[in-house]
Amino acid sequence: MTSTWQPLDHFLLMRGDDCLVLGHRLSEWCGHGPVLEQDMALTNIALDLIGQARLYYQYAGARLGQTEDQLAYLRTERNYFNAWLVEQPNGDFAHTIVRQFYYDWYENALLEVLEGSADEHLAAIAAKSRKEARYHRQFSSEWVIRLGDGTEESHQRMQVALNRLLPYVRELFENQPRHQMLIADGILSDVNGLWEGTEKEMKAVITEATLSFPVAAALPARGRDGLHTEHLGYLLTELQYMQRTYPGLTW
Amino acid sequence: MTTESLTRRFQDKIDQELKIEPKDWMPDAYRKTLIRQISQHAHSEVVGMLPEGNWITRAPSLRRKVALLAKVQDEAGHGLYLYSACETLGIRRETLIEELLSGKAKYSSIFNYPTLTWADIGAIGWLVDGAAIMNQVPLCRCSYGPYARAMVRVCKEESFHQRQGFEILLTLCQGAADQKAMAQDALDRWWWPSLMMFGPSDKDSIHTAQSMRWKIKRFTNDELRQKFIDMTVPQAEVLGLTIPDPELQWDEASGHYHSGPIDWEEFGQVLRGNGPCNAERLEARQRAHQEGTWVREAAQAYAAKQIEESKKVG
Repeated sequence: MTSTWQPLDHFLLMRGDDCLVLGHRLSEWCGHGPVLEQDMALTNIALDLIGQARLYYQYAGARLGQTEDQLAYLRTERNYFNAWLVEQPNGDFAHTIVRQFYYDWYENALLEVLEGSADEHLAAIAAKSRKEARYHRQFSSEWVIRLGDGTEESHQRMQVALNRLLPYVRELFENQPRHQMLIADGILSDVNGLWEGTEKEMKAVITEATLSFPVAAALPARGRDGLHTEHLGYLLTELQYMQRTYPGLTW
Repeated sequence: MTTESLTRRFQDKIDQELKIEPKDWMPDAYRKTLIRQISQHAHSEVVGMLPEGNWITRAPSLRRKVALLAKVQDEAGHGLYLYSACETLGIRRETLIEELLSGKAKYSSIFNYPTLTWADIGAIGWLVDGAAIMNQVPLCRCSYGPYARAMVRVCKEESFHQRQGFEILLTLCQGAADQKAMAQDALDRWWWPSLMMFGPSDKDSIHTAQSMRWKIKRFTNDELRQKFIDMTVPQAEVLGLTIPDPELQWDEASGHYHSGPIDWEEFGQVLRGNGPCNAERLEARQRAHQEGTWVREAAQAYAAKQIEESKKVG
């Protein structure tokens, strides 16, 4: 059911899929945001993330002899390697912000080390993406604080969202056995080692927001192996509709 | 100074092609006309995000997805500048939005039609943005300064959108038979509603004469509609598509295309709320506003706390 991917290709797809799936989710807000300015801000982040996804797919595609669109539109659920967190539905604005917040802290920590990757192409993608990722993290952290320390209702909604989504976060910081050689070669780094510092920084923001960092067990998430929650199938059905309905055409 | 002499001075300024600025004296009716027109325009940008937004998650390639997302975001930006231009006339954005949500304010009827296929995204860019540009280019010379300046920026982006829409259709028309049929079907559905975007025929337009004297408007509805037809017919030929008007033909004597009659009954129905998507569009805006209430309240409460804090520190 799943194809065998080379470790680096798997990593590139995994990163591309995180960015595309989250970008897709954020794009669902377009035209429906709580206020025009935030509608535009979420769309900006969606644009950045889809742009980043394209960089990973183009690099993987060059290695695999496929186009970015073939990689995005013609792989099935079992060959999508995004983390569970990013495929979770938007929920209310609090859930969207919290999902973004957790993701942004992960992505920043990861890109910071990827900038020093022994693979120059990957290092260049990381350097370019990191500028955007910093701004995303600032945006989501500011909103965590604003909504956490806003009204009683916003505080409650934010705490619910933090609690609901934290169990998905640990997956992001798990080393994948199939990436071991890449880590040994200095192409990737040990993501597990990034957790402690990142957790501490996230806690500081959450505390400033007058919210509590949840205590929750991690879920047995295996998105990196192509095992997903039920949400991804629907997302891909929509995303891939045109390419599946009209195979092989140019748009 | 009497109202009469103020009015004379105001009209003189307009006649000399000078701009009216927010602090200048202006007749109430001028102010009201502008508030109506600019807010309708702003609402149209915001409601217009919905039919196009309908295809963001289904765009057929990553490149098209990014372009469409950026385009819809531009519409939100246009909405913002226009609400700001309108606020210079002494009305708050919140009030304008309430008027939209209660159904009191209008927006362009074109957005009450559904986007059924990907080709509709091309047709909206080509025809709807094309018609909007026809209307808006003369507004860059509108007598009211803030509106004129907002339109300069809006027009630049709209002409980019129009080219992008045309290019979507060109790709379809050069593609497979299914794709070309999709493009023709989109043109068939969007052509007449696009012509209706210019508003009622001059003989039935209640606002035109006064707006022309005030130089809010520079051309009549029928003049702009004719310009649009003259510009668009050759473009349809480039695409190899047929405009769904059996009476359409070049008229040597007038130097314009002659076109068939518009179904004003359909226009009236959509305007009265009976178009295919009127209820859905309004509900989508109402839902976004309602579900966003707690977010806006929280942002205000937080900002108020910050001000309190800074006072304590200060």
